[in-house]
Amino acid sequence: MGRITLDKVAKRFGDVEVIPPLDLTIEDGEFVVFVGPSGCGKSTLLRLIAGLEDVSGGQIRIDGKDATAVQPAKRGLAMVFQSYALYPHMTVRKNIAFPLRMAGLSQQEQDKKVEGAAAVLNLTNYLDRRPGQLSGGQRQRVAIGRAIVREPSAFLFDEPLSNLDAALRVGMRLEISELHNRLATTMVYVTHDQVEAMTMADKIVVLNAGRIEQVGSPLELYHRPRNTFVAGFIGSPKMNLIEGAEAAKHGVATIGIRPEHIAVSPESGTWKGKVGVSEHLGSDTFFHVLDTGLADAITVRAGGEVDLHHGDTVYLSPDAAKMHRFDTEGLRIE
Amino acid sequence: MATKASRSAARLMISPAVILLLAWMIVPLSLTLYFSTLRYNLLMPGMEEWAGFSNYYYFLTDPAFFDALRNTLVLVGGVLAITIVGGVLLAILLDQPMWGQGVVRVLVIAPFFVMPTVSALVWKNMFMNPVSGLFASLFKTLGLQPFDFLAHAPMFSIILIVSWQWLPFATLILLTAMQSLDSEQLEAAEMDGAPPLKRFWFITLPHLARAITVVILIQTIFLLSVFAEILVTTNGGPGTATTNLTYLVYAQSLLQFDVGGGSAGGVVAIVLANIVAIFLMRMIGKNLDA
Repeated sequence: MGRITLDKVAKRFGDVEVIPPLDLTIEDGEFVVFVGPSGCGKSTLLRLIAGLEDVSGGQIRIDGKDATAVQPAKRGLAMVFQSYALYPHMTVRKNIAFPLRMAGLSQQEQDKKVEGAAAVLNLTNYLDRRPGQLSGGQRQRVAIGRAIVREPSAFLFDEPLSNLDAALRVGMRLEISELHNRLATTMVYVTHDQVEAMTMADKIVVLNAGRIEQVGSPLELYHRPRNTFVAGFIGSPKMNLIEGAEAAKHGVATIGIRPEHIAVSPESGTWKGKVGVSEHLGSDTFFHVLDTGLADAITVRAGGEVDLHHGDTVYLSPDAAKMHRFDTEGLRIE
Repeated sequence: MATKASRSAARLMISPAVILLLAWMIVPLSLTLYFSTLRYNLLMPGMEEWAGFSNYYYFLTDPAFFDALRNTLVLVGGVLAITIVGGVLLAILLDQPMWGQGVVRVLVIAPFFVMPTVSALVWKNMFMNPVSGLFASLFKTLGLQPFDFLAHAPMFSIILIVSWQWLPFATLILLTAMQSLDSEQLEAAEMDGAPPLKRFWFITLPHLARAITVVILIQTIFLLSVFAEILVTTNGGPGTATTNLTYLVYAQSLLQFDVGGGSAGGVVAIVLANIVAIFLMRMIGKNLDA
């Protein structure tokens, strides 16, 4: 079980309100990702759930029970830190066994559980090494191992992949997702990387300046962003947000169109512009089109083989059906 | 420093310093060795003669030598124990966020800048004096008999004075070590169910181990040669109660005018200090490579 309910939870540091009162429900077994730009309060929110910070107002319920004043260790949650926070003077075995030792389990039980966790995480050969002798990915797995031996009702991850190189990050992303499928335990995951959020989450919580901008499944957020912030934040490369005369033609304050919903042609189209920087990824090419008179640059996606060069004139045709419309307050208009 | 010419130039330029340092060490050492084989008494100038190893024989069989050896160990051990335990506790305290932290930290470091003779005199006359000292008046307010520290617990008093001087040093080193502890480790331990005392024992203390060994090493080097504090407070007494090796060598050469015997004592002290150094280096060498 691991249903976490936040009821008007708020956090202030002195006079600064980091998180205005917010409500959120995390269902049992869900993989929830908190995503937002740095400084948006997502880590603080996670630490409030963990109990490492005291709430300034509101209530946190875990499995229906009030946990607002409960000590971190007693909440039944396990946390994986950004720096892994492994104990450098202990071997991997002792690191993983530490929470069990603190819980007063017998040596035999400790060994059994540690072996079990090590087998799940492919750490069996490294049990007698120190964290200093492990690679980044292995350290990450030890940190996860230390979390899973406790059999918590929910896992909390605080930007766990941000210290890994790109290739490892993709690998660990898969491993964590797989772990979630196998354990079916609630996981709350904080990241600033919207790709991680999109690929891993059952439910994404987009945060901005401590406020929840939108909660929903990755595709919901992609297809129906509630406001311009979410529209600009979810999706890679970013959605083109166009204001001014072009938006007025559609009778709204802002229109948004994703790079993948714009057709590129050298001959004809709705908007005319000049090719700026192009990013060739092999499968796709992203063109930054300048001088359209709409925005500084319009990003468009084309196939990998499109033969356009810096300075060429291109015509862009947005797919009207995939266009997003927003009012003066930045809210979505259906 | 790649070419042959630059390397020999470097050697050439560094040689004056090396030669000076070498001479600085070699000359007194060989003179001490030489004196230790002479019958050399300051009251009989010009009568020096070859004495073989008799100076060593007399120094090593002197009952005061064993007292001094024991006193040296007690002094070093006592001060180390007090400064390290006290230093860890103070470092924890100073690591807490509090009002006026900067000023408090400077105040804590202050005793280290007071010269040993001065601090020993302050302790002797203003704190431990059985008539006019602060402790005496404290005892009297409580209706107790004033305690003559330097007469009845001389070694303890000296340990107290020297500890007071070295506590800031230990605190400073341990505080910086404490500040380098990753707070996420403590939080992880908290999540793992470790209460504060266990967090200290399993996380903070192992993290401090390296700093503690550094403190032990540095302090031992200096504590083996404590002298001023003894000279201005007890003069090595009562009897030999506070005579350490350094003081014994001094007493031998300058109070008993026996330079030969004093030199022999000096050589013995060098040998003993090196034995201690070897043990320490082994212990610390193991602790320093992570």
